[in-house]
Amino acid sequence: MNDLRNVSSSPHVRAQESSADLMRWVLIALLPASLFGIWHFGPKALFLIVLTVLVCVAAEFLYEKGMHKPVTVADGSAAVTGLLLALNLPVSAPWWLAVLGGVFAIVVVKQLFGGLGQNFMNPALAARCFLLISFAARMTDFTYDAVSGATPLAAMRAGESVDLVSMFVGTTAGTIGETSVIAILLGALLLLWKKVISIRIPGIYLLTFVIFMALFGGHGLDPSYLAAQVCGGGLMLGAWFMATDYVTSPITPAGQIVYGVCLGLLTGVFRCFGASAEGVSYAIILSNLLVPLIERITIPAAFGIARMKRGKKA
Amino acid sequence: MSTAMERLWNGMVKENPTFVLMLGMCPTLAVTTSAINGIGMGLTTMVILALSNLMISMLRKIIPDGVRVPAFIVVVASFVTIVQFLLEAYIPSLNDSLGLYIPLIVVNCIILGRAEAYASKNPPAASLFDGIGMGLGFTIGLTSIGIIRELIGVGTIFGFQILPESYEPVSIFVMAPGAFFVLAFLTAVQNRVKMNLAKKGKDTSKIQSGCGGDCAVCASGCGSMTGQGGTKE
Repeated sequence: MNDLRNVSSSPHVRAQESSADLMRWVLIALLPASLFGIWHFGPKALFLIVLTVLVCVAAEFLYEKGMHKPVTVADGSAAVTGLLLALNLPVSAPWWLAVLGGVFAIVVVKQLFGGLGQNFMNPALAARCFLLISFAARMTDFTYDAVSGATPLAAMRAGESVDLVSMFVGTTAGTIGETSVIAILLGALLLLWKKVISIRIPGIYLLTFVIFMALFGGHGLDPSYLAAQVCGGGLMLGAWFMATDYVTSPITPAGQIVYGVCLGLLTGVFRCFGASAEGVSYAIILSNLLVPLIERITIPAAFGIARMKRGKKA
Repeated sequence: MSTAMERLWNGMVKENPTFVLMLGMCPTLAVTTSAINGIGMGLTTMVILALSNLMISMLRKIIPDGVRVPAFIVVVASFVTIVQFLLEAYIPSLNDSLGLYIPLIVVNCIILGRAEAYASKNPPAASLFDGIGMGLGFTIGLTSIGIIRELIGVGTIFGFQILPESYEPVSIFVMAPGAFFVLAFLTAVQNRVKMNLAKKGKDTSKIQSGCGGDCAVCASGCGSMTGQGGTKE
């Protein structure tokens, strides 16, 4: 700051980090899950990851060029969207599915609403749901090594037993990035340590979900059932990396708790009573829609202003 | 331009019920899963709209002001019933695919809106053409939405295979979300086209209500500030 005493509007205290720094940390934190996916599912997974990231970045660049807007590719948010979308694809997905998903995520969900910071839904998840609705068969075809495998969640729904250790390590069927709990947790720890995310949303999310499953899952407090539900499907990836997206999660601390409870309840409802064994993506994008309302009712009292009594008009 | 031509042009382009007035969204979003459904719904509505406009305009001096809306509804409902029986008798396939949405035409806001805003204040001939214009505009809107949804979601147009067999349909487009995507896209395109025309000074009156009343984001300077959030339903 120079010596001129400029009068500016708030905020007056700014953090040093930029969006680009945060996105870089998220990308680094997603590396373990990506690398594990590539090792587990083979070169096709690498191809899909690279392709989706490139498509997302290119879509953002071309849209912003075409619309004569400042090009924001360098902040890395398009790359994060692309990587998250790729981690949400099954390895058997054809290349055009990745391209379609990437373009939809960036152009329709993100840019049409005004770009980074304006999107009302997580772009990667919205694109995943778009693909899931349009190409249900392809998006749930978890074939790898020429073996068509059921995901642990689908197996549990069918009443089969699942191997908790392989679910934790990640040697099961699923989308590219969701199988390995340990790789996801490594990345999540890094984000927590660098204070990129707080424990509040994922913590409350997982806690609510476990309580819900204990009550309505039909297995009571059976620890192996609960652990398998927590480790299975996209819950870990969703809770740590997608529910915590700054743009689409509440900014108020109380709101983050409400949001976490919503996520846990919706995921539990979808998994217990829904038609499909999985429900994390829909739970997150539905909760994304509730965020403006949640923020509205959880605005903390401003400094120096006594909290109004409920029902009493000012 | 004669009144009749002016009314037709107004209904189809200037105040297109689908893309400008944003009226009758329920059938617009629900039945446009295919081009044939879109055109069927559009033409059915047009017939009812034209006839009810004509009838209401003829009765406009008899209908007491206090009970005009119930009176309008009785007129509209009579025509809807007639048209539904005709459809059931002569085009049963269309009747089946439109289903509940035919009786729902009674409460279509375009029809009541035109009765209230135009037919109850203007002579019969002009009201008839107003109804035909608005109906054609509605038909154009529904058919174009239906064509795009059917093309992307099934790969056909009016049931004819357009895209090659290898094309894998994006089936979300024949479901509810696809209706919103296509409607928003087409509305944006027509706003863009009208804005370009306005910039060239060809017709500045066309863009008036296509902006949703949000003058903050609109650079066209139409000067029709309608307050926060617009006034449309």
